[in-house]
Formats: sequence, C-alpha cells, structure tokens
Amino acid sequence: MKALNKNLPLETEQIDPQKVKQELLKKYPTKVARKRAKQIIVNKVSDGQEMPEIGANTRTIPGIITQRGCTYAGCKGVIMGPTRDIVNITHGPIGCGFYSWLTRRNQTRADGPEDDNFMTYCFSTDMQEENIVFGGEKKLRAAIQEAYDIFKPKAISIFSTCPVGLIGDDVHSVAREMKEKLGINIFGFSCEGYKGVSQSAGHHIANNGIFKNVVGLNDNVKEGKYKINLLGEYNIGGDGFEIDRILNDCEITVVSTFSGNSTYDQFANAHTADLNTIMCHRSINYVAEMLETKFGIPWIKINFIGAQATAKSLRKIANYFENEELKQRVEEVIAREITEVIKVRDEVRARCEGKVAMLFVGGSRAHHYQELFKEIGMKTISAGYEFAHRDDYEGREVLPSIKIDADSRNIEELEIHPDPERFRPRKTDEQLKKLQDEGFRFKDYDGMMREMSDRSLVIDDISQYESEQLIEIYKPAIFCAGIKEKYAIQKKGIPMKQLHSYDSGGPYAGFRGAINFYQEIDRMVNSQVWKHIKAPWQESPELAAKYACD
Amino acid sequence: MLLRHTSKEITERSALTINPAKTCQPIGAMYAALGIHGCLPHSHGSQGCCAYHRSALTRHYKEPVMAATSSFTEGASVFGGQANLVQAIDNIFTIYEPEVIAVHTTCLSETIGDDIPQITRKAEADGKIPKGKYVIHVNTPSYVGTHVTGFANMTKAMVDYFSESTGQKIDQINIVPGYVEPSDMEEVKRLAEMMGVRVVMFPDTSKVLNRPQTGKYEMFPAGGVTVEALKTTGDSLATIGLGTLASGPAARALDTKCGVPCEILDLPIGFKATDRFVDTLRKTLGITVPESLNEERGQLLDIVTDMHQYFYGKKVALAGDPDHLIALTEFLVSIDMWPIHIVTGASGKKFESRIRQIMKDSPYPINIKAPGDLFLLHQWIKNEPVDLLMGNTYMKYIARDEDIPLVRMGFPILDRIGHSYFPTVGYRGGMRLLEKILDAMLDRQDRDSPEESFELVM
Repeated sequence: MKALNKNLPLETEQIDPQKVKQELLKKYPTKVARKRAKQIIVNKVSDGQEMPEIGANTRTIPGIITQRGCTYAGCKGVIMGPTRDIVNITHGPIGCGFYSWLTRRNQTRADGPEDDNFMTYCFSTDMQEENIVFGGEKKLRAAIQEAYDIFKPKAISIFSTCPVGLIGDDVHSVAREMKEKLGINIFGFSCEGYKGVSQSAGHHIANNGIFKNVVGLNDNVKEGKYKINLLGEYNIGGDGFEIDRILNDCEITVVSTFSGNSTYDQFANAHTADLNTIMCHRSINYVAEMLETKFGIPWIKINFIGAQATAKSLRKIANYFENEELKQRVEEVIAREITEVIKVRDEVRARCEGKVAMLFVGGSRAHHYQELFKEIGMKTISAGYEFAHRDDYEGREVLPSIKIDADSRNIEELEIHPDPERFRPRKTDEQLKKLQDEGFRFKDYDGMMREMSDRSLVIDDISQYESEQLIEIYKPAIFCAGIKEKYAIQKKGIPMKQLHSYDSGGPYAGFRGAINFYQEIDRMVNSQVWKHIKAPWQESPELAAKYACD
Repeated sequence: MLLRHTSKEITERSALTINPAKTCQPIGAMYAALGIHGCLPHSHGSQGCCAYHRSALTRHYKEPVMAATSSFTEGASVFGGQANLVQAIDNIFTIYEPEVIAVHTTCLSETIGDDIPQITRKAEADGKIPKGKYVIHVNTPSYVGTHVTGFANMTKAMVDYFSESTGQKIDQINIVPGYVEPSDMEEVKRLAEMMGVRVVMFPDTSKVLNRPQTGKYEMFPAGGVTVEALKTTGDSLATIGLGTLASGPAARALDTKCGVPCEILDLPIGFKATDRFVDTLRKTLGITVPESLNEERGQLLDIVTDMHQYFYGKKVALAGDPDHLIALTEFLVSIDMWPIHIVTGASGKKFESRIRQIMKDSPYPINIKAPGDLFLLHQWIKNEPVDLLMGNTYMKYIARDEDIPLVRMGFPILDRIGHSYFPTVGYRGGMRLLEKILDAMLDRQDRDSPEESFELVM
C-alpha cells in the first residue's frame, strides 16, 4: 500500500480510510477479520447518505488485546464506586475488591467531618478455597454483620465476583435476611465478571439494582424551583463539582447525581425531581426511561463537556422549565463565564489549530470530548467506544433494529409500571406538544457518528494492534484512551491523554473544565519535551573526527 | 479525615477484610511472565481480570504492560473455556507473534476446572502453535495465597516447562530474584557480575518494565530471560532463590527436576542479608569478594554510623509481602530501629516466628498479623503511634490522617517514581533506602522543630 509509506509526510486528507481499514484487517485470521470489519466503519453521514451500521456490544475476540473490562468493574467500580455512604462489600477472592479500590479518581466531598464516607475503604470477603468448595454464604453473612457492627452504615451492598455465580451463592437471599435482621437497607448485585461482553452490562445491573432497591424510598421534596437529576456523571477529577457550581449559580437544584459525589439519600429521593438530564447516554439511558415510566419525569440528553455544549445544555434545561427568569439567569451565567473561556480558547487555538486527535474511550467520552477538541481547532479523525452499543454510535433511532443476543438477554430488564400514587406527569400533553413544536427534543441522542465528518474511521472495541497501526499511519498529535494504552502510545512519541481518569487532571466539564482541558491539550501537543528524545549523536551520527586518531 | 471510620477499638473479625495488604495470584503470574523474553502473558478468565492486572502493573511501572485474555462470557463459564483459549492462542501468535504465551488461570477458570494442558494440546493438534513457539501454563486460583504465590507459581512453571539437564554442567548459576522490581533484578545481576559470576536470572523484568523513551514502542523489548537460557538452568552449578515464598518453589523444583542444588536466602535488603547473598556466591563458587564490593558495603555502613542518632530507637509500622518484611525488619533492627506493628496479607506461622526471632531483643511489644490488613494496622497505630511508616501507596491515607512520615516500598507504588530504576536490594539499595528514610524523617523534623532549635547541619 504505497499511500501509507511511513516515510512520506502525508497530509491526513490524502490517506484513504478504506485502505486503512483493509490494512488494519490484513493480518487477522479470516474469521477475526470478518468480525472486525463490522466494527471498523468509514463514516458516511453527509447529505442524506445512509449511515453505515456498526457492530457494537458484541463479544470481545479472545486474545486480541482489548481495552475492555468486566461486568463487576462496571457495576462496583463505575456506578457504585462514587457513592460515599454505602458500605460496598465485594464477595469474592481479594483481587476484584483490591483493584477497584480508589483507582477511578471519582471525587467526593462529605458534608461535614462526621458524615459517612467509605470511599477510601475496600471491603471484601476475601474468599478462600474452602469458601469456593463449601459455599461462601456463611462468610458473607458474617462479613455483613462485622461491617454493620464496626461502621453502622445506612446501607450495605454486595457485589458478586465470578466464582460466586458459579458456586451458586445466593447473595440476594443473604441480603434480604441480613436486611431483616439489622434493619438497614442491604442489597446485592449479580455482577459476576463474565455476565456481559463488557463493563456496560455491569452499569445496567448496578442501575437496575439502585432503581429497584433505593429509588423512591424517600419522599421528602427538596427545596428549589427547578429540580433536576443529573444522570451518568461520575465526578472524575471533580467534573461534578464544576457542573454543580454552574447549576447552582443558575439556581437549578440537583436532587441527585447518578452517581458522582452521590449519597444513598440522593438516590432514594431521585423521583422527586422534575427533569432527568443525561450526560453519559450509554451507562444510564434506561434509568431515565424507568423514571419516566414510573414517576412521569421526562428526560433530555445534555452534555457539559465543551463550553458551547455546556451553554447549549443550560439553555435546554431553562427552555424545559419555560421560565423567563430562569432563561435570563442562565444567559447571565453563560455571559459571565464565557469571556474567560474564549480568551483562553483563542490563545490555545492559535497553537493547536489543524492538529489531529484520536479518541478511543468509554461509552460517551469518545463523543463528548470531540467538542472540546473542536473548540481549539483540532480534528478528530478516528474515534470509537470501548463498551458502547449501536445507539451510542448511530443514534437512538436504531434502537428498534438492535438485535437482542444471548449476552444481552442475561441482563435483567425491569418491568416498570406507573407508580399508583406517585406517578405525576411533569408536563401536560399540550405543554409537551408546544415545546416539541418549538423544536425542543426529548429523549434525543443522535450518537457520535452523525457529528463526525465523512471518511473518519469509527472503530468499536479497538485492539492494541489496531491502535498501533493507526498511529503509524496517521501520526496524530494526540491519542486519548485509558491507562493500559497510555505508555505504549507515549513510547511511540505521541502524547496520550487518559479520558477515563484524566491522568492527574480535571475537572474538564463545564466552563472552568473547558479552560483546564484547552490548557492541558496545549501542554501536551505543543510541549518541547517530545523533541528531546533523540540525543545529539543520534540526530547527527556523522563524526567530525577532530580528535580522532588513526 | 480520609479514614474517618477507623477507630481505636479493635474488634475481632473473622469474615471481613478491610483495606487489604495483598492482592490475588494472577497478577503475580502476569508480572513474572513479563520477565520472559518475547512472552505475552495470557489470562484465562473474564476479561476484567486481565484489565485490572494490566492497569495495576501499568500504574506501578508507568510502562506498557501487554497481556491477552480469554474474555469469558456466560457461555464459556458454563461450557468451559476451551474454544476461547484455542482461539486466543491462534490470534495471539498470528497478530502479535510472541515467542511464548504464558497462560495463567483465574478464579473463574479454576472453579469450572478448565484443563489448560489439554486445551493447549488441542491447540497444538489444530496447528495453532507455530513451530518453535511455546505455550506454558500455571494454575493460579485467586482464592489461594496472594500475588506472591502467583509469582512463585509462574516462576516454577518456567522450570517445569523449560529447564533441561543434559548431564553437561555449565559454569553458571541460576538466580531466582523474588517478587522485586526490575531495578532490583538489575542490581542483583550487577553484584554477581562484580564477583565474576555468570548468572541466569529468571524471571527478569529489567529492560522490560523500565524501558527508556526512544520514540519507538516494542511490544517485546530486549529484556527478559530467553527460552534458551531457561533451558540451560538445568545444567547450572547451583540455584540461589531470593525470598522463600516467591523463589522457593522454583529453586526447589530445579533441584528435583534436574538435580541443581539450591540455596534459598532472604531478599538481599540491608547489609546483613546482602552479606549472606554475597557470601553464598563466594562459598558456592570458591571466589574472592572484590574490593569494589567491600567499598560499597563500607559506604552503606558509613551512612549507618554517620546518621545513627536519627535511626536509634525509632518505631516503625510495616505492611508488605512476607519476603520483603523479613529482610526489611532485619535491616531496621540492625540499625536500631524497631518495627512494632507488622501486617502482611499472606497467612504464615513461619513468617510470624521468623519476625519474632529477628525482633527478640526489641524493647517494645510487637504486633504481628498474618494475614492482617491495613485497617488493623491503622488501629494499632492509633493505639501505639510510630515515627515512620513503610509500605505501599495505600499507606499514605494512614500517613496523612495520623501525620506520620511514609517511605514507599512494596507493591503497588502508584504515586511516586523511582522503584523501577533504583533498587532497594544490595548495598547500593540499602543506601537508597536509608536516604529515603532519612529524607522522610528529617523533613519531618525540619517541619516540626521550634524555630530556636531548627538545625542547619544535621
């Protein structure tokens, strides 16, 4: 493939993405190539073209070196990890609890020094061989009792690891029994690592569990004129704090966040909000659906990653509440914040314009972060998710056509009906119709691909091999993924930004977050440090022979 | 407070581990396998295990850590993981082309009882293992032992699969370095080289997990013990295993399999344990210790005598792996520091009696728990404060809450660099440890001393 000669300083535009796709597949065994071909898509969205279908949320190919994690990681690590006042007990051998202990950078701030915060603790039943052979329920029961005696928490949850499902420990019945005995809320999650094809299954199991066991337990209505829930925001690097700051300034009240900086009581109270706003569509859209069916709360997609996206999201929330005072307030906040954002953005843009980024991360982040890159003039030429589904790529309109396979069927779908007492539509049919006629969209997510340009490469569940090839071919200015990918990319001399944990940075959400991100990317793509890699004698190995002797 | 729920009142726990001082077997197996040249570790289980181990090792080394997984789904968990592993072997050899695939199991594949050698034979019969390439395996059930057990088992698997005895002795010795850092492995090799000894070290993660920035990424870098070298271990004159838990099984297996006599020593942390290592090399091979090594030893002792006033009588709390803790305790005691609280995640009566024996002259009562956890250690500290903490990064939560200086040592170190480049073994490693201890304690003294007694010269 001549066009991809590594020695030619080719402009990205000249690279033929179809050829790149063939190059990525060339080395694979036939069956693998056939499967990957469905997950590597050359984007085609402009001028009414039919968007290509992407293979997503399918089984990972064994041995391919995937980025993906497991169901337990999605359930315990991602969704339940950020909640500070529930004692989360991992039922299993020690590893699972150990690895999910403080490693995700979701920040929390307890209200006072006396308030519960268990996030710095790791609780495990540390199953031993005898528990595998004879069953671990007895040990689990004892562990719950010990946790209760020492910590007196308001709730305890139990996370099943792989062997638990195999040996048939019934964590749910142990939870029920101990709940009865101790008089606090105790619930279990069947989130064995093998349950799904990625951590996405774990998100679903966690959210279902919270919906079933906690949401709706507290009917106290929080004060505030405009009450929303923020769904799918995990407060990595303090994102949630920045969003809270902005919403607070707009006088919008956050009843609960799922699940950054969250508490048990927030979940219990979630049904009292008047609007659900969704950040990470992948990990939580079904919770919004359930909250609407059961309690009558409508949902909208918002995005606080990117200054423009933040402004747009705030306006959208204000429009939903149809209140002029709020709309005015929101405009004031945007105007106040945006000045500094634009100043930094333009400064950074001058140095970053035209550079190329690649993003392979998450179930929303690979999409959302394109906004921030766009704002500083950088182009995302290739992106993909680690664990998303087709609707996150192609938009929700494909939902009816997604085939439910055996792996997805494993994940419980809750049957939800309107709550006989508490179902209360927040808007009348007339109000909804009026809003929609004005162009307001509910349940709207158009997916990542529609916002990417034609010819960009969209790659689901990218492999280590494909990442390396892409870098060789496109030589991007920056590559975004996770910790496992980080240093292989950087060894190639390409800066790599973690978009799961943000390395040591953040917040990147909201207005101040946007400024942080612009500056971070500026630091990374324009730093001199990458230019020092070669020693002088490697740059110019020829000898002047001044002191050489025969 | 970061650990605001940890109280002084210690209650007996039989079921709940809080803030573990260990992790599970497979990560140790993965780490050991990275010490074979051209090897891709493979985790036979759910893909989360592999993701977690790679993430933890990557955070600790700030280096690429590659490994593959069988990516079990529910189907594989019910029907067995044969199809997944055979496919993985095919994909790995086709796409990544390693010399060796080192398979370790997980709690999942162990619980369902997958037979790895049988699956490997199937892969071989199906033509999925190219000629001259290897698939080795080890059983590492996560519900037995700790990460050190996994390291020991994978290291023993290297002997089981590769060591051969031709009957023709080779003038070299084997060193099994223990579950230590790449820098430590490098240092042990350097010490042996100074004595003119030819060494086969296995595993050897130096030049694998402390690679330079070159602008090029190699999935299989220059380091690691080669399969050829591993084969020759059966003909070596002797084996020295450093650390009973991590290196004992492999060293003994070589003795059993190929009749190579072995000596199992403590990790060479501190001058006494390093002396024993050097002296064992001297006696085994009948060689003299070079002056350059005496000089290094003397420099270490010079720091000890020069700065003794700062060490003397200080109380320390330790958490870590048994092999490390034994050698470290001996080192601290030898400079008149007193570890008074010690926990390890592994269970071990021998460990406890060894520590008590080293500590027999301690003026203070000592707390030891094996298996114990960091929650208990913290409670002990609340009851009986110490001057210094030594352990992994998780100890920094205790350090900050109790305002006690911390020297990071062990696994994992997630928030500082240095361990991959600078050793803590050998005389030089001892010097580095003392530097770190003094920096931590003297910085604290500088911070806390009243203005009138703030010292310029220390």
